[in-house]
Parts: sequence; C-alpha cells; structure tokens
Amino acid sequence: MTNNLPLYILAAPLLAAFAVSVFGRLNSRVIAPLVLLPLGGSAFASFFLLLQVLQSGSFRYVVGNWEAPYGIELLFDPLSCLMLFLVTGVSFIASFSALPSTFRELPGRESLFFTLYLIMVVGLCGLVITADAFNLYVLLEITSISTYGMIAMGKGRPPLASFNYIILGSVGACFYLLGVGYLYILTGTLNMADLARLVPEIAGTAAYATAFGFVLVGLWIKMAFFPLHNWLPRAYWHAPAGMTVMVAPLMTKVSVYLMVRLIYAVFQPDWVFQPDFGLMTQLSVREVVLWIASIGIVVASIVAYSQRDLRRMLVYLIVAEVGYMVGGVWLANDLGLTGALLHIVNDALMTLCLFLACSAIWYAVGSTSFDSLQGLYRRMPLTMAAFTLTGFSMMGVPPTCGFFSKWYLILGGLDAGHYQFVGALVASSLINAILFFRVFEIAYFKAPEEGEDGPGLPRQEAPMMMTVPLVLAAALLLVAGFGAGTLVSRVIGVAIPELM
Amino acid sequence: MDGLMQELVARYNYWIYVILMMIGFYAMIGKRNLVKKLLGMNIFQTAIILFFVSIGVKNQGSIPILSKKQALEGVADVAQVINPLPHVLMLTAIVVGVSVTGVALAVLQRIYKEYGTLEEDEILEKISKR
Amino acid sequence: MVTIFSYVPLAAILVSMLASIPILALGNRPNLREGVTLTVAAVKVLLIASLLPGVLAGNSYGLTLVQVVPGVSLALKVDAFGLIFGLIASFLWAWTSVYSIGYMRALNEHDQTRYFASFAVAIGATIGVAFAGNLLTLYLFYEVLSLSTYPLVTHEQTGEARASGRKYLTFILGTSIGLVLPAMLIVFSSTGSLEFVAGGILGGKVAPDLLAVLLCLFVFGFAKAAVMPFHGWLPAAMVAPTPVSSFLHGVAVVKAGVFSILRVVLFILGPGTLSDAGLGTPLAYVAGFTIITASLVALTQDSLKRRLAYSTIGQLSYMIIGVALLSPSGTLGGILHIAMHAFGKITLFLCAGAIYVASGKKYISQMNGLGRRMPITFAAFLLGAMSIIGLPPLGGFLSKWYLVIGTLEAGQIGLMVLLLISSLLNAAYFLPIIYRAWFAEPEEGAEEGIQEAPLLCLIPLCLTALGSFGLFLWPQPFMDLIRMLLPQLGMGG
Repeated sequence: MTNNLPLYILAAPLLAAFAVSVFGRLNSRVIAPLVLLPLGGSAFASFFLLLQVLQSGSFRYVVGNWEAPYGIELLFDPLSCLMLFLVTGVSFIASFSALPSTFRELPGRESLFFTLYLIMVVGLCGLVITADAFNLYVLLEITSISTYGMIAMGKGRPPLASFNYIILGSVGACFYLLGVGYLYILTGTLNMADLARLVPEIAGTAAYATAFGFVLVGLWIKMAFFPLHNWLPRAYWHAPAGMTVMVAPLMTKVSVYLMVRLIYAVFQPDWVFQPDFGLMTQLSVREVVLWIASIGIVVASIVAYSQRDLRRMLVYLIVAEVGYMVGGVWLANDLGLTGALLHIVNDALMTLCLFLACSAIWYAVGSTSFDSLQGLYRRMPLTMAAFTLTGFSMMGVPPTCGFFSKWYLILGGLDAGHYQFVGALVASSLINAILFFRVFEIAYFKAPEEGEDGPGLPRQEAPMMMTVPLVLAAALLLVAGFGAGTLVSRVIGVAIPELM
Repeated sequence: MDGLMQELVARYNYWIYVILMMIGFYAMIGKRNLVKKLLGMNIFQTAIILFFVSIGVKNQGSIPILSKKQALEGVADVAQVINPLPHVLMLTAIVVGVSVTGVALAVLQRIYKEYGTLEEDEILEKISKR
Repeated sequence: MVTIFSYVPLAAILVSMLASIPILALGNRPNLREGVTLTVAAVKVLLIASLLPGVLAGNSYGLTLVQVVPGVSLALKVDAFGLIFGLIASFLWAWTSVYSIGYMRALNEHDQTRYFASFAVAIGATIGVAFAGNLLTLYLFYEVLSLSTYPLVTHEQTGEARASGRKYLTFILGTSIGLVLPAMLIVFSSTGSLEFVAGGILGGKVAPDLLAVLLCLFVFGFAKAAVMPFHGWLPAAMVAPTPVSSFLHGVAVVKAGVFSILRVVLFILGPGTLSDAGLGTPLAYVAGFTIITASLVALTQDSLKRRLAYSTIGQLSYMIIGVALLSPSGTLGGILHIAMHAFGKITLFLCAGAIYVASGKKYISQMNGLGRRMPITFAAFLLGAMSIIGLPPLGGFLSKWYLVIGTLEAGQIGLMVLLLISSLLNAAYFLPIIYRAWFAEPEEGAEEGIQEAPLLCLIPLCLTALGSFGLFLWPQPFMDLIRMLLPQLGMGG
C-alpha cells in the first residue's frame, strides 16, 4: 500500500498535540491555528478517504509493513471511514467552540487542555480504524486517560467526578482486556480478521461465551449503557465546556460502533443473537438486552425530566440515546442495524448541536440553569433558533435527521416483533417533546426581572467562533435529514454486508 | 471431590487471578477511602496482567530467544518455548496501568488540596455544605 | 389520469414559507412587512388556481423531491381532493391576512412580526398537507404545521396562553408522535409503500383486527380533527388572537386534521377494505358521539369563541361521518362540508374578532343589543350561522343535504336522525346570540361609542359571508372536483 493518506489523518493531530504542548505554553496565540489546521486537514482527508473507499473498495493498511496477523493492521472499510469522517468532522467543528470557551474557563492552562483534546481525537480515530483487539484496548485507554485529565481540569467538584470515572473506566477497560485474554487463549491471535476466521471452531464453548460477556460489559461501561451509566452524568456535569462539545457527541457513539464491529466482525452475529444463547433457556441474551435498552431509554428520559439545568438534562439524554443504538443493534435485523448506524451519525450531530448551544449559552449568560434561560430567544436568537431545530430533531420531527433513524429503528422493532422497544422509542420521543418544549417555553416567555414590556433585552450572542459552527451544525441536521436516503443506500447499505 | 481438587490444582493460576481480582473489585466498590479505591484498581489490573502472563507459560519451557546456532539449524522447537506474545502485550498494559495510576494520583492530589481529605464521605459532606 | 411534472405545487408551498424570512427582516417597517404578506397571499392563490383547469381536465400535478428512505420519497401531488383543500385554504388565508392587519393594528398588538412570520409558515405547511403525495410527506407538513402554530397560540404570553400552548402541544404532538407515527410505520412494514392510491393500498395486506387498530390510531392520532376524546386543545387554543382562531382553528389546522383522516381513509386504508371489514359504521358512530356531545357542550359556553370552538368540534365530525358512510353521496357531502364549513365558520370567527375589536366584548351575555350598533357584522354572523345550521340559501345546506342522502344510501337511519338532531342543536346555540344582539335591551349606558370595526376587518368578513351564499348558488368547482374523485375511489357517484 503506497497510499499513506490514512496515516496522515492520525499523524496530523498527534503531532499537533506535541506542538501545542511545547509552543502553546510559550504563546497561547498559536494554539488556535495549531488545533484548527490539523483537525480541518484530517476532516477533509477523511472525507476524501471515504469517497475513495466507496469508489474503489475497502483496504487494509499495514503499519510499518509488518504483515498481519503479527503486525498492526488498520482497516478502512466504508463503515470505519464513515466513522473516521464523523470523528474528525465533529471534533473539527467542536474545536471552534472549544477554543473561546476554554480560554475563558481555564486561563493559563489552554495548552494543556488542547494537548489532551488532540490526543483524545487521535485515540478516537484509532479506535474506529484499528483491526486488532489488543490495540483497541490501548486506544480505549488513551481516549479515557485524556478524558480523565480534561474533566479533572475543572474547578471544584470535577476532580472527584473524574476520580470516580477513572475507577469505573478502568474496570470497563479491564473487563474488555480480560475478554480479549480469553479469546487469545482460545485462538492464539488478536487480529480481528484472523479471529473471525477461527471463531466458528470454538463457538459454543463456555470460555468463548465468557470472553464475549467480559468484552460486552467492558464496552457497555465505556458507552454508559443503562444501568452502567452512572459515571457519565457526574463526569459531564462539571467538565469544562470545551471538552463536552467534543466528547459528548463522540465517546458513546464510538463505543457503540465498537460493539457493532466486535459483534459482527469477531463474535459473529449468528452466534450472538441466537435464541438459545442465554443463562436460562426461556430468556435469551438478546431478549434481556432489548428489555434493558427499552427500560434504560425510558428511565434516562424521565431522570432528564427531573433536572433543573440544561446541561444536566442533556447529559441524561445521551444515556437515553445510547439505549436507542444498543437496542437497534440487538434487534438483530438489517433494519435495526441500519437504524443504529444511522443514529450513530445523526445522534453525534444532534448531541454536537445541543452541547454547542449549551456551551454558547454558558459563555454568554454564565450559567445553564433553567432560571438563567429566561428570555433567551430575544437575547440569543441565533443560538436559540439552532437549539430549537435540534430539539425538533430529538423529538423526531421530519425532515430533521432524528426522524429517519427513529424510522428505521421502529421498523426494525416491528419487524422483529419487539413491541416494548418500539414503545420505549415512542415514549422517549414524547418525553423529549416535553423536555424541549419546557426549555423553549422558559426561554420564550419569561423575561429576566424587568418584565415583558418593550424590546428591553439587549442582544448578547456568544462570539462568532461559537455561534457560526452551531448554526452550521444545525443546518447539517437538515442536510442529514434530506440526505438520509442517500446515506443509507450509498454508505450504510454498502457497509453492512462488508461488516460480516 | 477428588475431581474438584484436581481441577483446582491444575488451574491454580486461574484461581489466583480470580481471587486477586475479587479483592481488587471489593476495594474499588466497598472502600470509602479514595486511595484504597485506587489500590483496589491496581490489584485488579495486576490480576489481569498475571492472568495473561500465566497463559504464556509452558511446562519446562525455555525463554523465547533463539541462539544463533538453533536459528541456523532451524531446530527451534516451538513447543519447548514460552509464548512471548502475552508478555509483550502486558508490557503495554503495564504502561497503560501506570499512566492511569499516575493520572489518578494527580487527581487525588487536587482533591486533597480542594477538600483536605481523601475520605469520600467527608468530601461529599463538604460538597453538600457549600 | 396523467401526472404532469410541475414545480407549481412546490412553489405554492415555499412562497409563503420563504416569505417568513423577509417578514422577519422587515420587522421594523410594518407597511413593507404587510406588503410582503399580501403579495405572497395573492401569488399563492394565483399559483394554486392555475392548477385548477388541468385538474378539472382529469390530470394531476406531481413532483418528487428527494428519496429519504428506500421506497419512500418526499413527493408532492395535486389531485382533485388536495386541490379542494388547497383552494379553500389559500383563498381564505388571503382574506384573513387582510383582516389580521386590521385586527392587529387596531389592538396595537405586540410582536406582530413574529405573528406574521409564523402565520406564513403555517399556511405553507397547510398547503403542504393538501399537496402531499404520500403519507410521509403529509406527516412532515402536519408536524411543521403543529410547531409553527405554537407561537400563534401562545401569542398573548400570559399564564393562560402558556397553559393553553402546553395543552395544545400535548394533544397535537402527543398524538401525532404516539399514534400516527407507529401507525404509519405499521402500514409501511406491511405494504412497503406509503403512496396515496385512490381506493387504498392495504387491501388484503393486513388482518381485519390490525385494520381496526390502524383506523383508531389514525382517526385519534390526527388530533387536529378534534375527534373526542382528543378535542380538548381546541377550546384551549381560543386564547390566541382571533384571526388565528378564525383561520387556523376554523380552517387550516382543524381541516388539515380532517383532511389527513380523509386522505388516509380513502387513499391508504381504502373504503372498500373498510367496508369489507365492517369498520365504517363504528367510525360513523364515534364521530356521531362527538357531534352530539360537542353541540351540547357548546350550548353551555358563554364565551363566544369557546362556543364557536365546540361548534367546530361538532362540525368536523360531520366530515368524518360523511366518509365513514362509505357511500358516494356521503363522501360527496363530507368533502363538500370542508368547503362549506370553512366559509361559514371563518365568517363567525371574524365576526367575533370584529366584535372584540369594536367593543372589547368576549362573552355572549354582554352582547345585548349589540346588533343595532354593528348591523353589518351581525348580518354576516347570521349568514355564517345559517350556513353552519344548514339552512338554505347557504352553502351549508348543500353539504348537509348530501350527508343525509348518504345516510339513506347506506341505510343508516340512526345516523340520519343523529344529523337532524345535531342541526337543531346548532340552531339552539347560534340563534340565541342573534336574538340577544338584535332584540334584547342593552344595559344602560353600556353601548356608548361602539361602532363597526375598522374597514380592514369588516370587508373580509362580509366577503366570506357572501362567499357562503355564493357557494350555494355556484358550488360547481368543488362539486366537479369531488365528482371526479368518486369514480377513482370505486364509488359510482
């Protein structure tokens, strides 16, 4: 493979991370170009890579020419390239907003923050393209460690939240590693393609099921799947705003992608989803997971309703959305998987918009509690317009993209006969409608103190660096909505057969 | 009963790792002192590292380094050599573990500066009082 | 029947939706802003009217925008049924816009820019519902309509307005997401299509009990049609400014609900399929229950707008009964009633608004002798009321006539009696208002200085009242369109 483009996508932010840590400390003005240029470059490069892979087929990149299964392999198929584009694109857009908010929130420590930020992006990029089960563990920890660091940078409570996250995150990673250990004992290899080749011979042994269990639980902790989600709200409540705009949209989504990848490319869906795979004979694992996902969606939505702060509310919505995707995967049909993958893309965009808006509000107003949102439509019309559109997408109003992933997920649920999952999706849409209209109402009606007379409220939008990406991202929700058909038929439809 | 004893003895490495893991797990969940939690996490990680290392071992196996003579003659008997790959992997895992511990210790320092204690109950109490 | 590719339907929808941008931009130049509204209203009527000759010649106009899901596109299609609704809505919007300007300026309302912008989006969405080529497109515009009317319902920004807005959304969004969306997906997963095909697409594809479930989901799910028990939002939404109540809650929003139900019954579920499963009669009785109950409740309301709202709830179910009879004349009467009721009810609402602008009175008990001060308004009110009651020589007579014939065709004597009782009830809740206004003695000194509302308010309501009369004499365009539709639906006509 003479084409080294893939590696540059990873190398650019990695080198930038070192540059930021060295030069950013000397002069904080170089941080912005050092963050934006490599991320922008990577985003464009991964877009072209996606087009290239769609056109001429997927390929494997062998790092340093050490042939698999001994060497390290990177896999570029339509799905991983789509994810790569998503990761680089979202982190590129998010970094516009992260720059001003970090300069305000962590003065003097921007260079440290953006070093971690860039390393986190590299870790996420690595996660989506790696074809090696052990590298996956290492990259998982790289992303986690940079997240721990970024969370802990906040003042006050964050260190404690971060510490709890470290403990739970490490348990998750160790579980994953343990599962991989079992797989290694059984097969003697860690390369995913190699594993997939050898797995049929050992399927059905208890050790294999144990390996799968450990891997799955490990990933569930990382993706904050209900009821293993408790670390996420605490960690994200107090984290620096610049971190949440990038991590909230990507971390859980990438973990879901990893689950899909491991189930389809390693453990084989036929075995994972078989009806008699379970602890008790009446209840297959698939049924159990679907029930948990359904319950998790509803419970997390209800907990979101009990919050009195915008960011806290959004954080619980992330947990609810994870239930959508996990449930979609475990419906074990094409429609459900399509819905889950489409939702990975759509939800990443929606969460990006929500947290960009949240961050802009925090920057302009100084707080995101419901009381401080009053009269916001007049004060920050652009931000609120984008937020409103995103709210509609979360409710699943067409033609925003949120509608279309829900469409596939519900169809998949009907097809598989899992009506409780369909019910949970519908219920969650309804609760989302209540949640967002409550925010709209507060922002729309109540004017702070002076009352409602006159155009007394001054405009106080956040700086352009935060507002423009937000508006663009909100426009992307519509683009993704109208393009949902194309995305499904040209990319996801191609990616699913290649997964297996 | 005999069968069970044999099973225990034959796979004693597994049992040790399981016991170590449970100890670590208990410390992480049960202890209220943050340093003890961290220690529990380390024990947990070490258990897994031991587990990996132990699966590479072979009875009477030699170290996985070929002498020049063996290499030239091509007589290296794979069955007689310890599998080195798990060890290599664990080197990486140890590095990861150390980094996590480092970050965690740094975070603990910040917590201590902020609250003057490392007992979770006391910290939560102080938070609720603010 | 030929489908002609045309951008006109899209233009008709977008012209008012996009107009919201200049309206917002011209916020501090009211004359120019209202100029945009009126120009767009006129352009819209002309665009839609330009489709009439082609549709009367037996063609339809269509346009496929983008395929969003394999097998389902966002598509527009103008057939006879859609054109009826489109014509009514666009025509009445033009008059309501004129009226709105008079009303809002006379009362010196706040946030007029937001008001006109939301209104423009709402009418665009209404036309979208009318011209939708498949169920997904219809659902899309239906939701846009729900959301764009929220700022209008809560326009007053008082506590009551907010509570009403909440109720409005709970009913409308709750049912559309909770009931219609699953129903739509069930239809899609059992047929693989959401196309509107005259006579339905479900024939033989689903079991009768599932068909019954689907019918329930659709009829209750399109809660804008206010079939009981999902009617509560309509009286609550009366806190909105009167032009909103008159146009949206007399014509656009509620008719969009009925239109959607009719669209689904005739073009998705299929009259033949429903009649095979014996589901027409239960549906008719559900609607009949709503008619009688709403009319009885209307009797007890003192607030004029609330009485009109309950009257609307009752009248909407007439249209559903008409189609539920699954007979040619019934269907004819039901669809015709969309037009007739629209003209009648908008007149009544516009009168209520004119009374409020001129005298500040909202309650019927305060209106003693008001007719002598405002003779034109109350004359128009009388015409509107007669049309709703179903008296000749007004349009409402025709549609009710066909509905009654429809009950006879279907052999449903019970329903015929029900319709007649309801007409009596209609008379019972409208005529006292007229009586009070013309004949009751006003309280001493209460009527000082009250005169007719401004001309911009008065002219539209006179025109719609005369329109009601005109439709009695010349219902041809609507009748011809419906008569074209009936054979396609497998009804002899």
